Amino acid sequence: MSAMLDEKKAEAPAPGWVARLPLAGKVGLGLVIFWIATAIGGPWLAPYDPGAFAHQDVFAGFGAVHWLGSDYLGRDVLSRVLSGARYSVGLAAASAIAASSIGTGLALIAALAPRWLDEMLSRFMDTLISIPSKIFSLVLVAAIGSSLPLLFLIATLIYIPGAYRIARSQAVNLAQMDYVQVARTRGEGSAYIAVREILPNMLHPMLADFGLRFVFIVLLLSGLSFLGLGVQPPDADLGSLVRENISGLGEGAPAILVPALAIATLTVGVNLLIDALPRRRGSKEG
Amino acid sequence: MAASPASSNGGTSFLLTLLVKRVASGLLTLFLVALVVFIVSGLLPGDAAQEMLGQSATPEAIAALRQQMGLDQPATIRFLRWLAGLLGGDPGFSMVANMPVADIIASRLPNSLILAGLSTLVAVPLALAIGIASAMRQGGRLDRALNTTTLAMVAVPEFLIATIAVLVFAVQLRWLPSIALMPASGTFLDLLRALAMPILSLSVIVVAQMARMTRAAIIAQLGLPYVEMARLKGVSPARLVLVHVLPNAIAPIVNAMALSLSYLLGGAVIVETIFNYPGLASLMVNAVTSRDMPLLQACAMIFCGAYLLLVLVADIVAILANPRLRNR
Repeated sequence: MSAMLDEKKAEAPAPGWVARLPLAGKVGLGLVIFWIATAIGGPWLAPYDPGAFAHQDVFAGFGAVHWLGSDYLGRDVLSRVLSGARYSVGLAAASAIAASSIGTGLALIAALAPRWLDEMLSRFMDTLISIPSKIFSLVLVAAIGSSLPLLFLIATLIYIPGAYRIARSQAVNLAQMDYVQVARTRGEGSAYIAVREILPNMLHPMLADFGLRFVFIVLLLSGLSFLGLGVQPPDADLGSLVRENISGLGEGAPAILVPALAIATLTVGVNLLIDALPRRRGSKEG
Repeated sequence: MAASPASSNGGTSFLLTLLVKRVASGLLTLFLVALVVFIVSGLLPGDAAQEMLGQSATPEAIAALRQQMGLDQPATIRFLRWLAGLLGGDPGFSMVANMPVADIIASRLPNSLILAGLSTLVAVPLALAIGIASAMRQGGRLDRALNTTTLAMVAVPEFLIATIAVLVFAVQLRWLPSIALMPASGTFLDLLRALAMPILSLSVIVVAQMARMTRAAIIAQLGLPYVEMARLKGVSPARLVLVHVLPNAIAPIVNAMALSLSYLLGGAVIVETIFNYPGLASLMVNAVTSRDMPLLQACAMIFCGAYLLLVLVADIVAILANPRLRNR
């Protein structure tokens, strides 16, 4: 489809489900679209090189040339936020996708596997879920380090158990359904039952759970970066930007407020959107 | 129907079995958590002896030190020894600080407990008020406003809350110090003043979740027949919630409070760091930076223990409050 057609589609009246969203949900949807676009196009939109010393002053305020002022080294804050968003959104999205998929996959295995395997797997996941995520991440960072691939691994590992727990409760219920019994009687294999009969019926709750998991991971990774244990220089996600400009707090510099607000608008946006989506009962945070 | 002594006795013992089972399962989880923490923190090759002596040490010197430190033992033995040490109050020796881990933690733990305790004291009444007000006007404008606010607050990063608190109270208004130094001497008021901002930040972090769960607990009660009965006999909404519903909702509310207090643990990591507060969480962050594994493991176990304790309390309250289990 050409770009022009895409634009036309965007101008057309919003599809029904968007119109039915409550106001908070529409705000959330707008924020989510804004941040996805920023994560994809941000680096090209940046007016300056994020590493360049573009301003004479450090911690400059809002201005006409440098919209969001300058940071502790006189770099352009807008450019740094635009390129930092890619790390925050991208890394968290990748980890959330991995955690949700692996959690769902393991849950399907647990629901159809022999009882002992299900119990072992569930016991293991219960153990991992009993370690507070921030504490677990600190232990993992100390143990294996915090390069970008490792941060991806750490966030994925920490949020698999939560996805597994939700997915398993769904899958175990669905496995008792008549149509699954029918498929079994028909002689279908476990893999077919898992993928064609059970999975499609749990996609909806798992998508909502994926959104929550994304929020948790953004908060976890930016928290780690804020502590100086996450994304390492010269790369910088939004949490790193808050950390490196912490000395501007006394002046109320935009350099510290803007990245912190950026993270908040991203996570709050996703949260508002998920909450506004029509959903079935029984899905819980975890 | 009055229960006969025999059956109520049977009920008590059934309840007791249930509680003992729950506590045992909690202890098993704690043991498994310890196993995970131990395994994870030993993932990378290289050990404490190597690190202490540096790259230039001779293999013989390293081997001697490893033997002295017990690192040549199989992992199972080291794990059991570490676990026994933890239980006996001796979680090892910090090579980095050249001090027993127990001493370092003893100097920090009380600070964290004070901060957590005071934050709880602020957060609980606030969350109760918001949750009750919200539930009483379920679906109304106030409820929707509070609901959206708390929903948003749940997703706000802790450091933004702390940053805004500093900006407003220390920079703009100049009411409070921006660093939480524990006053060496002074009245309780001095202490409160020094801790006001960490307490404020931590409370805000916890209140949102707590208020949401309180609201849910009360609303769950509002759908029950006895509430309809009270409503039909003309009880005012305020009296309905405060006199009729609240006593019945106490257990789910306590359950909600215990679970939301676990947000204190994660929040403390950020808040203690940003305010330079000498507590356990900032100690743990320092342990990560200096790769002080014995200290890190001990801190992690204290946090995991606290978390499991909160979950256990929440579960026990739920069990005790369930009349079907109580009178069985």
